Amino acid sequence: MSPLISPAEFSVLGLPLRVVSILIPLGGIALFAYMVKRRLVPLRAAMVDERKDHPGQRWENFLSLWLAQSRQLRYKTAGAVHLVIFFGFLILSIRAVSLVFIGIDEGFGLPGFSGGFGAVYNIVKDLAATAVLAACAVALYRRVVVKPERYRVPEGKGKDHSKEAVLVLTLIALLMVSEAAFEAAMVAAGEPQFLLPFTLVWLLVKVFAGFSPESLQTIHVLSYFTHDIVFFSFLCYLPLGKHFHVVTSMFNVWCWRLKKGTVKPVQYGVSGEELFDLESVGVKKLEDFTWKHMLDFYSCADCGRCSDNCPANSVGRPLSPRFLTVKGRDRLFDSYPLTGDIKPSDDLVGTTYKEDEIWSCTTCGACEEECPIGIEYIDKIVDLRRGMVDEGMVPQSLQAPLKALEKRGNPYGKMEKKRAVWAKDEEFAAQCDVKILEKEGTADTLYFVDSITSYEDRMQEIARATSRILQAAGIDFGILGKKEKDSGNDVRRFGEEMLFQDLKDQNREAIAGCGAKNIVTADPHAMNALKNEYEDIPPASHISQLALKEVKSGRLQLKPVADPTKIYTYHDPCYLGRHNEVYLEPRELIDSIPGIKRVEMARNQDRSFCCGGGGLMLYYEPEEETRMGIVRVQMAKDIGANVIVTACPFCLVNIQDAVKTLNLDSEIEVIDIAELVAKQLEQTVDHLEPAAAEA
Amino acid sequence: MNIVVLMKQVPDTESELAINDDATGIDSEDVKMAINPYDEFAIEEALLIKEKDGGGTVTLVSVGPDTVPEAIRVAYAMGVDHAVHVNDEIDEGVYGGADAFTSAKIIVAALKDIDYDLIIAGNRAVDGDNYQVPAHVAEMLGLPLVSAVVHQEISGDAITCKKLIEGGTATVRTSLPAIITAQKGLNEPRYPAFRAIMKAKKKDFDELELDDLGIDEKSVGAAGAFIKIRKLELAPARTGGRIIEGASPAEKAAALVKLLREERQVI
Repeated sequence: MSPLISPAEFSVLGLPLRVVSILIPLGGIALFAYMVKRRLVPLRAAMVDERKDHPGQRWENFLSLWLAQSRQLRYKTAGAVHLVIFFGFLILSIRAVSLVFIGIDEGFGLPGFSGGFGAVYNIVKDLAATAVLAACAVALYRRVVVKPERYRVPEGKGKDHSKEAVLVLTLIALLMVSEAAFEAAMVAAGEPQFLLPFTLVWLLVKVFAGFSPESLQTIHVLSYFTHDIVFFSFLCYLPLGKHFHVVTSMFNVWCWRLKKGTVKPVQYGVSGEELFDLESVGVKKLEDFTWKHMLDFYSCADCGRCSDNCPANSVGRPLSPRFLTVKGRDRLFDSYPLTGDIKPSDDLVGTTYKEDEIWSCTTCGACEEECPIGIEYIDKIVDLRRGMVDEGMVPQSLQAPLKALEKRGNPYGKMEKKRAVWAKDEEFAAQCDVKILEKEGTADTLYFVDSITSYEDRMQEIARATSRILQAAGIDFGILGKKEKDSGNDVRRFGEEMLFQDLKDQNREAIAGCGAKNIVTADPHAMNALKNEYEDIPPASHISQLALKEVKSGRLQLKPVADPTKIYTYHDPCYLGRHNEVYLEPRELIDSIPGIKRVEMARNQDRSFCCGGGGLMLYYEPEEETRMGIVRVQMAKDIGANVIVTACPFCLVNIQDAVKTLNLDSEIEVIDIAELVAKQLEQTVDHLEPAAAEA
Repeated sequence: MNIVVLMKQVPDTESELAINDDATGIDSEDVKMAINPYDEFAIEEALLIKEKDGGGTVTLVSVGPDTVPEAIRVAYAMGVDHAVHVNDEIDEGVYGGADAFTSAKIIVAALKDIDYDLIIAGNRAVDGDNYQVPAHVAEMLGLPLVSAVVHQEISGDAITCKKLIEGGTATVRTSLPAIITAQKGLNEPRYPAFRAIMKAKKKDFDELELDDLGIDEKSVGAAGAFIKIRKLELAPARTGGRIIEGASPAEKAAALVKLLREERQVI
């Protein structure tokens, strides 16, 4: 028997507290259930989404991303704190449930917890409570004192919700202390129990030593009800704000977007000609979001990791992915309140979101790569853009290239027949014969050039370098010439879905007609579309992947760098890296050049920093403080790089532009990986450097 | 309020133009056609007035060859309610055989059965660049004309327009019905989504022949035109700039003056 009267048996002024112990959980659970029910209303009004495919992979994600919290440690301090609180919660949830019953029946014990396992659990949960309290202290210190930049709410971007965090940390701390005090009072009153030294409960026992039995009795009962009330208050607080993630994140993680490199269909279950019959496309009102995207709004913990990595945010564009979500949630809470009538929806753009904000995204994917719980941004941005395109709300700067793409299949409005002009350059054509598969003829490999590389003077060098590599490797290849249209990768991402479908259909027909068995491209945007969004075409790869394979096979031999003192760095293009996870092959290819010295920039691979965006983003004139390219070149300069190697024509444009703007022409060279490799080809020594060959 | 927009389909401004064999028109092979950009301002303004008004219709009237329906679909995608196409495929293979007078004559005939309070046209068409059709139409219909409008406001039966004049703007007020012409700056046209353009393929428009309007073929087109194009030639290719060298700004300025006076004889 315990020396103290348990809360279940205790009475105050003749009122048995057992009644209270029954009413608190009943009331708490009822209120929580009601709130969840109300929160589910918009999800039912939302658009369809499909998240039941690949259950095996989804459970795998659930185990690694939710249970093991695998993305948390990308931020060391905050991640560690979160891990402690998360696992502490998992452990203590068992204790919390049994405490609820102990208030009704003092002898209650969860099945299986009576013997040795229960004793071990008691020690573990004391440790967990201690660790969680310490983690809360660190988190509070960070929130109140350190105030990391990523928690800051820049003016005009959204509402500050950091008070919620402070309140919740306080509630958690209260839970830990009250649970420990409840137990410590008993032990202090003489209940025999083993306590691990230096745990919270152990410390409290020390504090309570010498307290009168009456005081201990009061502490015992008071701390029980404090725990009970805080516990259910906490539960009912969850659906009110960002802490809903405690509940929703597990569903969010299970529903994780599985396929990289593609965007969601306009509407699940609707395709082809049926799209013309839809009354409206894209997201215009709240209910146009899918239920998963609404669940994203509920699940965001406002941790700011997305915006911390967002290049648009960092150069002062009006976009912050964090606030895209937080504003969406605020709007959702406002339109679908917990009590009272649902407010009729009106347009999101112009109220919750600004046009510029939605056009500011380069779709680089840095935000999604970082989010620990799988909140989607690109699909939402694309859906909002689809809605704007449907309403004709497209900035003038983007209208011209879009109209040109419709008329000519390229954003410049240049003649189709000039698409292969780069291959006819006299000097080049003498060394490298590029087959043009316009009418007839076939080749094993199709080189898909895409618009920028076909038409822009500087980028045509990439086309010629790519061709030289293919020729040197002895590959039978050709191009589609005027039959090739823009891949449409960015047309799709700018919301012009039907134009993308049209370009895709034209390209698919041309590709099928040329009889190629595989496709190679030097433009990652094209590769992304061909690989992930074009159905039933031969497999597509990037020239860096093919070149590496041929270097390994020995068919391509690379000579040593001319100047071994130069320091090279590799910039990951978003559509090669993050969207297609080709990080290592280009690096290995560069490293295969004898004598080359390569270093990494601070942000690399899945944390690479976007150059400023490709495709139609080249035409958009955003409001910004600096250019992404400039920020990127600074990163290269910081590590002392002399040569920035990239693998995308758009990156080359943006980075080269930034180098010029910064007046670093004489210090930093920008080169495409295909150009670098072509320059180092053993066979082409005499073509490329005739003077050197003669000497 | 019912509004008529006069639209001309012109070669896309991005197209590289070539001159036809007899040098009287452009070679239409490899040329893509588009709505005259100034007429896009006219369409946009008509739609804005309609949206503000909350009623009425916007009718598009266009005179031109078989390719005009492409442009009509784009106008439909923007939100135009109805379109009338007068097919004047009389000057076969010759683009631009008609002149402003003959075009106006056809437009006026087509307007006979259309109810309107306001006609909006582009200030100019970027192909012939002669700025005249709206003025001819106004004259033939006896309507007031306000050209180069950059802002308008309608109240009751009157329209107040801000129009560009040399060195500034003038505010002009006139009664309706009237014709106004759209100048750059009037608005920013909305984007015709590809889906809407495709959907517009199913939407009907009035296709009229000259016969339907009681117009004699010989009185219009190249045959009826007052203006005959004798010869077209491409502008000479731009040559590279020249940088004047000199040790000091004064020296450079002196060299420039000398060049302008002696070599170019412009000062």
